[in-house]
Amino acid sequence: MSSFASARSAIFAAELSKSFGARRVLDRLDLEVPSGAIFGLLGPNGAGKTTAVRILTTLARPDSGRASVLGYDVVAQPQQVRRVIGLTGQYAAVDDLISARENLYMIGRLLGMRRAAARARAAELLETFGLAGAAGVKVKDYSGGMRRRLDLAASLVGRPAVLFLDEPTTGLDLASRNQLWDVIRELAAAGTTVLLTTQYLEEADRLASEVMVIDRGVTVAQGTPAQLKGLAGGQVLEVRPLRRSDLDAAAAVLAGLSGTSHPATTEDLLTVQVPDEELVTAAARSLEQAGIAVRHLAVRLPSLDEAFLAITGHHAEQELEGAGR
Amino acid sequence: MIATQTAVLARRNMLHVLSDPQQLIGMTIQPLMFLLLFVYVFGGAISGSTRAYLQFVLPGLLVQGIGFGTFATAVGLNADFQHGLIDRFRSLPMARSAVVAGRVTADITRTAWSSVIIVGVAAALGFRFHGGLAGAVGAFGLVLALGVAMCWLMAFLGVALRSPEAVQATAFMLIMPLTFASSVLVPAGSMPGWLQAFVRVNPISIFSTAMRGLMLGGPLATPLLQSAAWIAGISLVFGALTVGRYRQRA
Repeated sequence: MSSFASARSAIFAAELSKSFGARRVLDRLDLEVPSGAIFGLLGPNGAGKTTAVRILTTLARPDSGRASVLGYDVVAQPQQVRRVIGLTGQYAAVDDLISARENLYMIGRLLGMRRAAARARAAELLETFGLAGAAGVKVKDYSGGMRRRLDLAASLVGRPAVLFLDEPTTGLDLASRNQLWDVIRELAAAGTTVLLTTQYLEEADRLASEVMVIDRGVTVAQGTPAQLKGLAGGQVLEVRPLRRSDLDAAAAVLAGLSGTSHPATTEDLLTVQVPDEELVTAAARSLEQAGIAVRHLAVRLPSLDEAFLAITGHHAEQELEGAGR
Repeated sequence: MIATQTAVLARRNMLHVLSDPQQLIGMTIQPLMFLLLFVYVFGGAISGSTRAYLQFVLPGLLVQGIGFGTFATAVGLNADFQHGLIDRFRSLPMARSAVVAGRVTADITRTAWSSVIIVGVAAALGFRFHGGLAGAVGAFGLVLALGVAMCWLMAFLGVALRSPEAVQATAFMLIMPLTFASSVLVPAGSMPGWLQAFVRVNPISIFSTAMRGLMLGGPLATPLLQSAAWIAGISLVFGALTVGRYRQRA
């Protein structure tokens, strides 16, 4: 990639490699995020997502390769990089023993704001994130969702142009997750560049304009969420017949539809990949014509593991990342 | 910049204490408990009277108090790593040293507070300074300097060890024998010869002797010089080790 490209993109990385001992966590990773985009870095545990984020946010050094944020080199100009980024890590990094207001005020002051400005910014963020009512409460008494919102707020105190979110919704309930997604969309709409890592294809699909799938430190796929879904064989149709004895007959009906994959059976549930959404209607009609009563019929995105299987030919391995933590 | 950041982080660490009444009471009461227990349980047996023992033991107890009081530095710093707070700080455009400096500043303030309380109570119980105002001021200065040195040692434990539990256990195993196998509580004369040899070179004994010199009068120049050397040595060695380990880990 040309240096012109690196100057225009908000985040740029070329051939980043990093090993912990004998284990290669990142293997010549290339990455480019245009200004104002939401970029999804998708992969299972141990894929190297956190390591990539740590390098891009100056918390770790690459063994080789180079990376820049807004044109600042992450190794040679770490302080300049830190001035323009915000980071929300996988574990909510806020001080449990002081209040939310004190947490945000502290960050503001550490960023060099004057007292009044830091106080005002803290109040503003508490309001935005719906934490104003609990502003004086110690963070250890917060729920998981509130902590995560505070953590995100903490990374926004300095109005960063580039925001890194490392698995921002892992472990959150549905409502908190949706709330956080809304906030992230608003930030991007206001011009913030966002790089987020996730294990959930759905999250990447809902938020990101561009997705990169990595596995064992190597890029295995890249494109828009729609392209990725195409690679993964489209959506997944789930059918659970009312009577278990109909299972084989239902499988035969689904297999008979042109374009679907071979149906997989787990207990009383049939799953089949549908590249074309019109096939869902066709499937429902064919099942009815065959006289098969259905208890459950649903369309969903492939899980990361299914997408992985489709893209890489192997299952996503669950291993722990972050030996260097 | 560094000064502001250090002050901001010191304030944060002080807030931990001030907003937690149990911790505040604990750090105030615990050294007093040591004082009262040692003076009234052992005092008569060791010095013939509790009043005489109070004179003997208070300077050393201040040294011991620093040893145990600075546990908070080790445990607190370690917890900051565990909770990912250090990563947060490191992703900000701030001086790296401010995190440790803020911690040390807060803990020195705590140490000063505990020392003032303990000396106040001891005075009410009959302790008298015989080193004059200069001695009292010097003793306070030595307590602060010693606090800085111990904070660096504890900061190293906090950064070098994995969990707060490991930090707590290691610090205890280090401080307990060092403060007991010293001249803090008992004159070394009654101990077996091999132990006397250790007590004599134990820096805790040297600090205690210097504190006695300042607070009670008596030989001063040599223990003060030796103390200064130890304080400088501990601060330099563990300061460098802490910063090195911090960079490596963070």
